[in-house]
Amino acid sequence: MPVDSALSLESVSFLLVWTAISIYALAFIAYVVDLSRRSAVAVERSAQRELVSVGAGAASGDATTDAASAVDELRAEGLAAEQNLNAAPGRRTRLLWARIGTSLTWLAFLFHVGGVITRGIVAGHVPWSNMYEFALTGTVLIVAVYLGVLFRYDLRFLGSLITGMVVLMLGGASLPFTFYVEVVPLADPLKSVWLVIHVFVASLATALFAIAFGLSVLQLMQARREQRAIAAVGTGATVRTGPGFLRTLPGSEALESLAYRFAIMGFVFWTFTLIAGSIWANDAWGRYWGFDTKEVWTFVIWVLYAGYIHARATRGWRGSRSAWLSIVGFTAVIFNFTIVNMFFKGLHAYSGLS
Amino acid sequence: MRTALLLLLLLAIAAIPGSLVPQRSADPNGVSQYFTDNPDLAPILDGLQLFDVYTSAWFSAIYILLFISLIGCVIPRTQHHWKALRARPPRTPARLERLSTHRETLVETVDVDPAAYAGDAVALAEQQLRRGGYRTERYDTARRGAPSFSVSAERGYLKETGNLIFHGALVGVLIAVGVGGGFTYTGQTVIIQGDTFTNALVDYSSFNPGRFVDENSLVPYAMTLDEFSVSYVAPDESGAGQAGDFVARLTTQRAGEEPTAGEVRVNHPLDVAGDRIFLMGNGYAPTITVRGPDGEVVYSASVPFLPQDRNLTSLGVVKVPDGLPEQLGLVGFFYPTVAELESGALTSGWPALVYPELTFNVFEGDLGIDGGIPRSVYALDTTDMTQLTGGDTGVDSIRLLPGETAEIPGGRGTITFEDDSALTPTGEPVKRFVSLSIHRDVAATWVLVFASIAVAGLLAALFVPRRRVWVKATVQGSAVRLEYAGLARGEDPTLDATVERFAGEHGASLAGRGASQPT
Repeated sequence: MPVDSALSLESVSFLLVWTAISIYALAFIAYVVDLSRRSAVAVERSAQRELVSVGAGAASGDATTDAASAVDELRAEGLAAEQNLNAAPGRRTRLLWARIGTSLTWLAFLFHVGGVITRGIVAGHVPWSNMYEFALTGTVLIVAVYLGVLFRYDLRFLGSLITGMVVLMLGGASLPFTFYVEVVPLADPLKSVWLVIHVFVASLATALFAIAFGLSVLQLMQARREQRAIAAVGTGATVRTGPGFLRTLPGSEALESLAYRFAIMGFVFWTFTLIAGSIWANDAWGRYWGFDTKEVWTFVIWVLYAGYIHARATRGWRGSRSAWLSIVGFTAVIFNFTIVNMFFKGLHAYSGLS
Repeated sequence: MRTALLLLLLLAIAAIPGSLVPQRSADPNGVSQYFTDNPDLAPILDGLQLFDVYTSAWFSAIYILLFISLIGCVIPRTQHHWKALRARPPRTPARLERLSTHRETLVETVDVDPAAYAGDAVALAEQQLRRGGYRTERYDTARRGAPSFSVSAERGYLKETGNLIFHGALVGVLIAVGVGGGFTYTGQTVIIQGDTFTNALVDYSSFNPGRFVDENSLVPYAMTLDEFSVSYVAPDESGAGQAGDFVARLTTQRAGEEPTAGEVRVNHPLDVAGDRIFLMGNGYAPTITVRGPDGEVVYSASVPFLPQDRNLTSLGVVKVPDGLPEQLGLVGFFYPTVAELESGALTSGWPALVYPELTFNVFEGDLGIDGGIPRSVYALDTTDMTQLTGGDTGVDSIRLLPGETAEIPGGRGTITFEDDSALTPTGEPVKRFVSLSIHRDVAATWVLVFASIAVAGLLAALFVPRRRVWVKATVQGSAVRLEYAGLARGEDPTLDATVERFAGEHGASLAGRGASQPT
């Protein structure tokens, strides 16, 4: 623990990181509030639409019209949400709590970047040479990708997932009794430009997979809601179709195709990770591939996402099945970072833990 | 596709056990340890080839099947794609409005022949599509006096090309790894400072050749270790004692050439005659001389002591088979900076040579090396030996500083820890050794080449959109119906926007060609 009487740069970095973690936690709360308030928004909008359709003289009471209107309602919600998703930043739905969440995320991100830079200055190298530093830099890249993507898509509904994940990873890594290690000189094998490329690309891939994961989870929830809503048609019963905020999200197919777009970008970066890692291994260990535990898991993840991409083109595997593959793939990514680093014996023993 | 998918998932699952159980290829000591720790379970796992997962029959079966299915898929697709590359874009569908991406406008013509206007419109669309990289084909019909003009356009053939290249390159990677592995060798050796290694089988401590390597005709060259240097983080800084900046300076000489100087660093192997030399480890090699009762030298050598901890407390063994009445074995500890623990045991407090000390336990008896059984030079089998110093003998272990000599109890002779100050480049009293790994892998470059091709193919396959676009103009009385439609082949999230934009641009460039505002 760097709690010196004189405030060293190392402890400044540590304080910045903890400030960032606290603000991320607040952002997480804001995003969760946003999701819970979205259900109210959804109900309001659907009421408006109903008014319009009643005003237009739509007949009611007839079962087929009911069915049609239920499906129309679903479709209308999906379309509206899809427009919101693609809306330019200036034209988005005004969601107060989502805005608060995003502003807080930006603020935390600035502190986070400050923490990374000061740590890098103290260490005199890119701060990703042990588990703590990798968590520090990896999460900053995840947030950067998320914030960057927000310029293109309104993915603020993933905010709680991203900030929650960052709080857990960064907070978990920054506790003095977990991964926190003081700055030490870079071990010889880590002095390689390929390390910079390898780890940087791996972090970007992780960020993209994280977003794809979030979208795939929502896709599954949305698909279930759609199925239930359609199944309930005609029975006249009102069924609970899952959390209300789903009604403000794009339909499951739109979510699926968006998840796919992020997953393939992640896959390309992961392929780079594999190749850059192999080039580095060839210089450091004298072979480009040796089925070291970390190499095995990187390979497993690559194969899982390759499977996911194939599943999207396979009859009967599109939709929910492929979503599960994306979820399994991301679970493997997290497993690779945490469990494999901590408990598996191998050459990638740079966690700095003893 | 379903087969490929299932095999991929199977491959992912089958790869996992290799990370749970130590592998002979990556961690042979771990495997021996596993056998010691789990004597009942280990043979069963071994029977299932779980210590050699990646060369096992079942793992090989999965990836070979996967590649067979891949080839079986790629060949017909290549033929199909070859035909598609030379075919013209397909006929415009009769009812474009059935496609999900479809726009249409109705244009009233003023002062021009509607048929001429429609023909112009489609000709213009064809031009614009060609500029956009589309391959185009005109399909004009005249049915019941209502002439219809249309252009059918397709682009993104590169997507399928990339896809095929990606899969083909994966086959290339597999072949390069498989065939290249046969011409690959790796070997380990230890060189003590001042000594010379020659690239021949006898000088390797271990050697793993591929199937096609001729062990008796390795490229001839020699390497001498001139100096090994390392720096340690100072005791008052964080990371104290951490070693870094390892450099082994070697003089290499190929047969019939002048000697050249070279360096091996971590991450920076040395290339010698197509072999790559890697630095794997280092330690101290104190020079020890054993004399008999009459002062005659019976043993004198620098002995590599293997480091046991990060302060380089090192363990070494000396075997004196001849020259004395009985064979003698010495088990020694070397401490570069000796320190005493509270228990009285010695340890090293610092990895550099500040206050080096050598201690020995002496054993007498049968070394067990005359029976023809190979024995490790780093271990002493004391079953047929009697301990003379240390342990329960009541006689203190022999402790030596550089240059000191001690008596072996019972007038058996003396042991000297030689001071090598004059022989080391830095004037330190103890020589260093390095362990080097020597590799030859001609296929690595090919693997990289194929992997890079695969990435290029992958980028094209994933990000180039393959799509068809149609523009159709139908004469309806004095008006012309303009239709724009698109069809995605594969994932194409931007198709709608593209058709929308094209329709806008096309409409704008048509303006002022004798038509009123579109209605």
